[in-house]
Amino acid sequence: MKVLVCVKQTFDTEAKIELKDGKISDAGINLIINPYDEVAVEGGIQLKEKGIAKEVVVVSAGSDKAMDAIRTALAMGADRGILVKQDTAADEYARACALAEVIKGENPDIILAGHVAADDGSSQVPTRIAEILGLPHVNVITKLEIDGGKATCTSEADGGTQITEVSLPAVISSQVSWNEPRYPSMKGIMQAKKKPVATVDAPAIPNKVSIVGVSLPPAKQAGIKIEDEPAVTGAKLAEWMLNTVKVEVK
Amino acid sequence: MAGTWVIVEQKGGNIRKVTYEMLSEAKKWGDEVSAVVFGQGVEALAPEFAKYGADKVYVVEGDIFANYNTGAYVAQLVAMINEYQPNAIIFAHTFNGRDFASRLAQKLEAGLATDVIKAAVSPGKGVFTRSIYAGKALAEVEVTTVPVLATVRAGVMEVAESAGAGAVVKPAIAATAADVYQTVKEFIPTVSARPELTEADVVVSGGRGCKGPEGIKLVEQLADMLGAAVGGSRASIDSGWLGHELQVGQTGKVVNPNLYIACGISGAIQHLAGMSSSKYIACINTDPEAPIFNVSDFGVVGDLFKVIPVVCSELKK
Repeated sequence: MKVLVCVKQTFDTEAKIELKDGKISDAGINLIINPYDEVAVEGGIQLKEKGIAKEVVVVSAGSDKAMDAIRTALAMGADRGILVKQDTAADEYARACALAEVIKGENPDIILAGHVAADDGSSQVPTRIAEILGLPHVNVITKLEIDGGKATCTSEADGGTQITEVSLPAVISSQVSWNEPRYPSMKGIMQAKKKPVATVDAPAIPNKVSIVGVSLPPAKQAGIKIEDEPAVTGAKLAEWMLNTVKVEVK
Repeated sequence: MAGTWVIVEQKGGNIRKVTYEMLSEAKKWGDEVSAVVFGQGVEALAPEFAKYGADKVYVVEGDIFANYNTGAYVAQLVAMINEYQPNAIIFAHTFNGRDFASRLAQKLEAGLATDVIKAAVSPGKGVFTRSIYAGKALAEVEVTTVPVLATVRAGVMEVAESAGAGAVVKPAIAATAADVYQTVKEFIPTVSARPELTEADVVVSGGRGCKGPEGIKLVEQLADMLGAAVGGSRASIDSGWLGHELQVGQTGKVVNPNLYIACGISGAIQHLAGMSSSKYIACINTDPEAPIFNVSDFGVVGDLFKVIPVVCSELKK
């Protein structure tokens, strides 16, 4: 069984966002694997360790910089990588088309990805890939069991937890609570340098959504700050809640 | 190509408030507004949508629509789009809504704006403001594929009643069992008397300063007095004091309640990303230098173990 994991390189979640020339500046920003995708990589590696998967292929679409994300996934334990060179301004449609093209050629049994990227927050690409490939999908999983050509997925759903079964091949997107991604070991990092990474160019695919502009939300102003005995501060906070916010007490 | 369709979010006949928010918002765009409701025995809900301005209510009933499944819902909606040609279709940015909209968008080879917090739709065009980097920045995007597709964040748009005709339309059923590719084995509802995090008017969150389940208990006590949802920062989730689904922040939920109370939360940038857009923010923290004070309308420097009980007893008075 072959597992393919889609990873996106994103800003570190601790990054402070700043604008330069009307665009989001990446100056001095630490780049990481999207945390949701990192969980998908870990999930793929665990399938291999359990003897369910024979190979874990990691694919990333983006600039040359995305090679670092691929190398990190290889250091964690993935077997080989594919970098799909594509303009970083590609939208979800163009991104999904480019990735699906490569996935088609690889013909994997399971396609894993994070359910959302920590940067654009779109949560579209895995589902779009499934549609292009004509495959079933399950999103936001927290547990995965593979048995005889079927995947049983536990996923976070609206107002509860859902258990869904789909036949393979399928696209499965992860929630961060699925697992705890490992840190690459020193040995893993050394081995990753020797693992094969192919580079392909994405076909020219026009975007469907255009970004008109980016801005920063209005900065929240600090208000009242009080320090006193709890009997005083607690009473003042309660008074503020009742009179200013006008909360209802049940 | 005319009219805005709002995809109803309901489960077992319980309509999510975000449905009314979407109807009220769509009404502002001046075009005809229709609610589209999928389910079993849902025709009786039609008058509810009329109250918020729905001119028409498309009722899609059948066994295969009883619970959300991507295949049947998409197949049915595609058939309806071909027949009625709406200008725009708006979904809630719930787990189901984004799943539905994404698969539909790709089937139509169309653009889609997800997690929208501001919208303006005109014939053939939608201009949307989306929060990116979990709210650390905003992007204005334009969708010009028709129907214009978007998913809307709950709790952002105002609910306004306005009478609509609410005329029931029963479209031809096009989806069949062959369209279903996901078998739902089980749905386990979250058993909680508290409102859902992303829909609550008040959210009380606990962080590292709670020190353990005892601190969380105080947070819950305050939350229950206010009919609030309980949330947590990464520290209290990673420590196992609260379930992952209650994490507020960049890798958790983004909330925007009327009041957010951060208890023992220092305000790391990932957490601030998830709650800074709340209307009012209060905090209780022992460290006067904690960044949470920079975004708080009312900050108390103090120990939550001592302050929360006073707040609760004062609220009771």
